[in-house]
Amino acid sequence: MRSIRFGYGISKPRAIDIDSNDLRKSNEILREMPELQTCIGCGSCTASCTAGNLTQFNFRRVHTLVRRGEYMGAYEEMNKCMLCGKCRLVCPRGINTRGLAMLIKRKLGDF
Amino acid sequence: MKRRVVIVGGGAAGMATALGLESRGVEPVIVERDTEMGGKVRNWHKLFPTFTPASEILDPLRRSIAERNIECRTGVAVETVASDGVTLAGGERMAADAVVMATGFTLFDARRKQEYGYGIYDNVVTSADLEQMMNSGRVRLADGSMPRRIAILHCVGSRDEKVCQSHCSKVCCITGVKQAIELKKMFPEADVFNFYMDIRMFGPGYEELYREAQQSYNIHFVRGRISEASPMINGRIQIKAEDTLTGRPLKMSIDMLVLMVGMRANDDNGLLAASASLDVAPNGFMQSRDPFTGAVRSPREGIFYAGAVTAPKSLADTLAEAALAADAVVDYLNRTQR
Amino acid sequence: MKRASWQEYQKDIADDKYYYARSCIRQNFFPGSERAFLDILRGDLGRDVMDDPIHTSCTGIGYHSDVVPLETIMTVVARQFALMGEAGYENFISSCITSFGIYTEILSTWEEFPETEERTREYLYKATGRELVKPRSLAHTSDIVFHFRDEIARKAKRKLVNVYTGRPLRVVEHIGCHYAKIFPKSGIGGSEFPYVLAGMIESWGGEVVDYPERRHCCGFGFRNYLVQANRGYSIANSQKKLESMSPYKPDFIVGNCPGCSMFLDRWQYAIAEMEGTTYGADGQGIPVLTYEEMAGLVLGYDPWELGMQMHQVDVEPLLDKMGVEYDPAAKYLGRDGRYIGKPERAAVNNGCQRAIYDIKL
Repeated sequence: MRSIRFGYGISKPRAIDIDSNDLRKSNEILREMPELQTCIGCGSCTASCTAGNLTQFNFRRVHTLVRRGEYMGAYEEMNKCMLCGKCRLVCPRGINTRGLAMLIKRKLGDF
Repeated sequence: MKRRVVIVGGGAAGMATALGLESRGVEPVIVERDTEMGGKVRNWHKLFPTFTPASEILDPLRRSIAERNIECRTGVAVETVASDGVTLAGGERMAADAVVMATGFTLFDARRKQEYGYGIYDNVVTSADLEQMMNSGRVRLADGSMPRRIAILHCVGSRDEKVCQSHCSKVCCITGVKQAIELKKMFPEADVFNFYMDIRMFGPGYEELYREAQQSYNIHFVRGRISEASPMINGRIQIKAEDTLTGRPLKMSIDMLVLMVGMRANDDNGLLAASASLDVAPNGFMQSRDPFTGAVRSPREGIFYAGAVTAPKSLADTLAEAALAADAVVDYLNRTQR
Repeated sequence: MKRASWQEYQKDIADDKYYYARSCIRQNFFPGSERAFLDILRGDLGRDVMDDPIHTSCTGIGYHSDVVPLETIMTVVARQFALMGEAGYENFISSCITSFGIYTEILSTWEEFPETEERTREYLYKATGRELVKPRSLAHTSDIVFHFRDEIARKAKRKLVNVYTGRPLRVVEHIGCHYAKIFPKSGIGGSEFPYVLAGMIESWGGEVVDYPERRHCCGFGFRNYLVQANRGYSIANSQKKLESMSPYKPDFIVGNCPGCSMFLDRWQYAIAEMEGTTYGADGQGIPVLTYEEMAGLVLGYDPWELGMQMHQVDVEPLLDKMGVEYDPAAKYLGRDGRYIGKPERAAVNNGCQRAIYDIKL
């Protein structure tokens, strides 16, 4: 290929492509913690999050992305969690969110 | 002499109202446009949230109507209503001491949402089609194979001003959950995704069923409306939506798309309303006298409503309203005793 | 392609006596197409088309790029209509999809907000002394070719059929967004299953390809490609379409919008140079035609007369498949027979292998 300087590249698609995502890890997480599927996206976890109030950390968004097979950066994000447990206290579905933070770190350390 | 009440519509609402009136010594006559009694429930397989076969509700109603010799005129449409009777298509006049409108609703025609390709692409079906398939005992893709990934889209023809249906059809959320579970039971290996805008679990046992669908059946719920469905080279369907909870567009290929079609007002509501100076609500359904104590009463004395003629309703709500309508009619007849 | 009844979306298309509004960019992008339209309408179909030298750009690109205010574009559009009235015509046809969208939208705005029409009338009169005359009918020129598709089929010299296999050519049709996405009723077949190009393809023996990203925008946009830094997502949209249609092995793409045809053609060059990817057969690009070029080939026009040497993706493989006779040596000779210069080899036209070889050296 010739090296033409176009001054721009081709943007990568932002869409979550369920077909090309590898859902095995996501399925494993759901098998170990089926109650995660009961999340109704209320945002209580993020609202009460110690870390989320001071950083970009959005617990709900990260674990929703993990369920869709988007693992990139999830481990690093979960490192922001201070494990205070407030999110578990407020979750109306009784999801073990604190445990979920640990589970994601355990499963997705190398993504 | 027995007082006579004409009931327009022979579905669940009409039949239950007739039975309520008959047991109170009133003579009901049902006029049904279709050639068969039973209305929309006739084509339904199982009912939410208990998975009760629809026939378990409908058959006793039809049996009682037959046993009590309640007069049913089928295959004839009503053209005008008044508090003292109705006019049938063809001009025949049926006199009555009161009239109950139990004309129900019309299923939204999914072809109007062209972007989903209903009627064009194989394996795009409506919730009503799926019930029929379940009734026939065979749910399969067009090529006879079993689906591996299914998407259920809520709010097709509901909460959508583009197709002049701004109201919520109320029952589709729970129907989507019910059908997702039924599909998952039939195809345990399949992934089932529900695409919703809001999940409105208003009835007893509904929220519990929703939770069960999530936790016990691993049914996926994505908050976002599918924007379009397109055919793929391998015969599958590509869908696009936004996963609004992550703020990113999402796409996937599926084998089957089930459209939760909403309830819309009957096209002839306007004409019937005009014939008796009744009111039609902005969404096209008939307007009750008031939403609290006058839900089954029209603004005109002697004309009553039962069931989904006034708004989308579940079968449970419809049956409860039929009993209420029978009460209101008897009350009216007693007050206007000759 | 399966589709619901496109007849639900119909519009009245005048049969004769058109006032023709040209596109401001097509004569650079596909320089033979507008001429071909006039030749076909006048020569082959015997219709009366007024090609008015004093009409202007509709300023749509400026409008969509926020440099032309609404009042200005309304007045410019009013002037085009006034010129039509002065020339004694009432059927306005536009060669450009952006313009067609603008005309449709402005007529509708005048209908909904009559005070804007009054103001525009006043501006037009003050600026030019002309009187606004609203057209009796408004159509895009692809609507006109669609309208005469059967007549063209009867006069056809060739069909959209592969002469080697006898099978219909597989054609991807791409409809400009502003044709029917803004006012679905203004387009034949509506916005989801437009029939304007599909109808021509089917009438002339081809087969329409329906593919997942058929309804997706080509990515042209306006300020999006005008600003170099934004071109990354403009080109990404074309790439998304090309990737999606490629498995269907289309013989060519036909567009009805100046921008779409231009970008679906030229972006193939850029993608091939940047990433080495091509989407057609034999490592080449997919030829992109305008509907006038498609009609012209069907009617037996010479491809170089139609301006097809100006395409980025070489059209020869398609011409061969269609059985079009052409003089390869005449490709880069201009209308007066003078050599007009030749483009460099490009990856999209199979220059790819040569280029890779160069890197190894």
